[in-house]
Amino acid sequence: MSITHNGFSAQRRLVLKGAGTVALIGLGAGLGVIAFDPRQAFAAANDKYPEEAFKQKNEADAIKALYGKTAEPSDKVKMDAPEIAENGAVVPISVTTTLEDVTSISFLVSENPNALVASYKIPAGTVPSVANRIKMAKTSNVIVVVEAGGKLYSATKEVKVTVGGCGG
Amino acid sequence: MNARSAIPLASAALALLALAFVVPAATAADTVDPVADAKAFQKFFTDKFPKLKPEDFVNGPYSMNEDLHRQWEEKEQFPPYEFSLEAGKEMFTKPFKNGKSFEDCFPNKGIGIRQNYPYFDEKEGKVVTLELALNRCREASGEAPLSYVRDDMAALTAYMAFTSRGKPMDIKLPNDPRALEAYQQGKEYFYTRRGQLNFSCATCHVQSPGERIRAEVLAPALGILNAMPIYRSEWSGMGTTSRRFTTCNSQIRGVPLDPQADEYRDLEYYLSYVSNGLPISGPGARP
Amino acid sequence: MASTIRVRATSNGDTTEVQALIQHPMDSGFVKDAKGDIIPAHFIQELTFEYDGKAVFVADWGGGVSKDPYVKFAFKGGKKGDDLKVSWVDNKGATDTTTAKIQ
Repeated sequence: MSITHNGFSAQRRLVLKGAGTVALIGLGAGLGVIAFDPRQAFAAANDKYPEEAFKQKNEADAIKALYGKTAEPSDKVKMDAPEIAENGAVVPISVTTTLEDVTSISFLVSENPNALVASYKIPAGTVPSVANRIKMAKTSNVIVVVEAGGKLYSATKEVKVTVGGCGG
Repeated sequence: MNARSAIPLASAALALLALAFVVPAATAADTVDPVADAKAFQKFFTDKFPKLKPEDFVNGPYSMNEDLHRQWEEKEQFPPYEFSLEAGKEMFTKPFKNGKSFEDCFPNKGIGIRQNYPYFDEKEGKVVTLELALNRCREASGEAPLSYVRDDMAALTAYMAFTSRGKPMDIKLPNDPRALEAYQQGKEYFYTRRGQLNFSCATCHVQSPGERIRAEVLAPALGILNAMPIYRSEWSGMGTTSRRFTTCNSQIRGVPLDPQADEYRDLEYYLSYVSNGLPISGPGARP
Repeated sequence: MASTIRVRATSNGDTTEVQALIQHPMDSGFVKDAKGDIIPAHFIQELTFEYDGKAVFVADWGGGVSKDPYVKFAFKGGKKGDDLKVSWVDNKGATDTTTAKIQ
């Protein structure tokens, strides 16, 4: 809760009560947040939809926009992904980790037009494990980032995406 | 007997003799043995893939490749055809303008009967597929027929297939030469090459199951219709048996026929019959 | 109109496993239609799961998530018969919400 997603320190002050709410609305509109709930202002500063992070082209920029830090590879982050996706439109990827105090898990695909695909908030009491289905434009590295105890850890796997055939 | 009458008689005798040679060839259809066909068909595939149980064949390419299988297992936890299935159930029970519904057209209100389709209609003298039966039901109540290749028809057959899940395919061949003929036509279509690519159905699904055509893994022909209709990732949506037949014809650069053309009906009849005994697994998911 | 959200939540006494499948095109905004025109971006941005008034899982999604999106997670707690509230909002401001019972 102490770390903001986009490292925008002004936001940290705005989380505090007061007239900041009006300014926050302006900030929210600027960032493209659709459904603004004032309660969110008093909750963790990282409750906003990370619009900027989703707009980044490459994974390094997306991770920076999302977390404001860089990740180090860790074998404690276990990713399950296919060798060859049956179809780039629906690629099942899941991740699980033995790391503790996990607060966030994100999925990125380096060769996608926008690298960040999904980011999940893991409140205390939620198991740090997620399964989802993502789109991959072509053969690419899939990167999973886990935020645990304030630090970032990652795992990477190449998933091949083929095009063409006749259908099974 | 004088010479003049002997000649016509001799000709007649010769003609009769010729006929004696011709007739057996013309009734070669009598030697068509679907029961033996089905047995040989199933044996071909179970011999080729000894590690698979007969019921595994209905999963198409997923039984041919481990990596694909795992992706499929994940998808089946909460399958992509879920929405189509629900839509189908709703459509099936919704009344037409005249108050009737699909339930009135089918035995047991359409529940648990998919494995009997297609069947040979002796009154009409032709094969009737499930999709055809559904549209006839609509037309009988004054409703416009649905497209054979689009979502609504797929939703209906998805629902009906689902109510038959696990039941063995049970296509009947009545003791009617026309039924046998339709079966034989279907079989011949299956094994005949066509299109610019000069492929027959067998080229891919009998000669090369488990192997790849460009980047995709081919399904075995055995049980290939048991999972119909299918949600294909490639289509990002649901498709019927008709849709698959027509798109396959296009893909081999052949001319796609009308979705319920006689050739396709007979093909579905043959293919379903030789997979008798294998469980219905539809609706299914495919790459 | 039926909800776009399908949820399966099962409790083993200790943990509740949740799977959700949502009917949504999840158009990325990068794909062209048959005429060559871009199909505009139309995807769920935020998906929230609430139990006992608190968020137990929040998904922030982009257009790279598959059509008819699926997600699976688990949280400690939750009893059979309890409610799990699921809601989403997409980039066009549309929303949907449903409440499922934990099995």
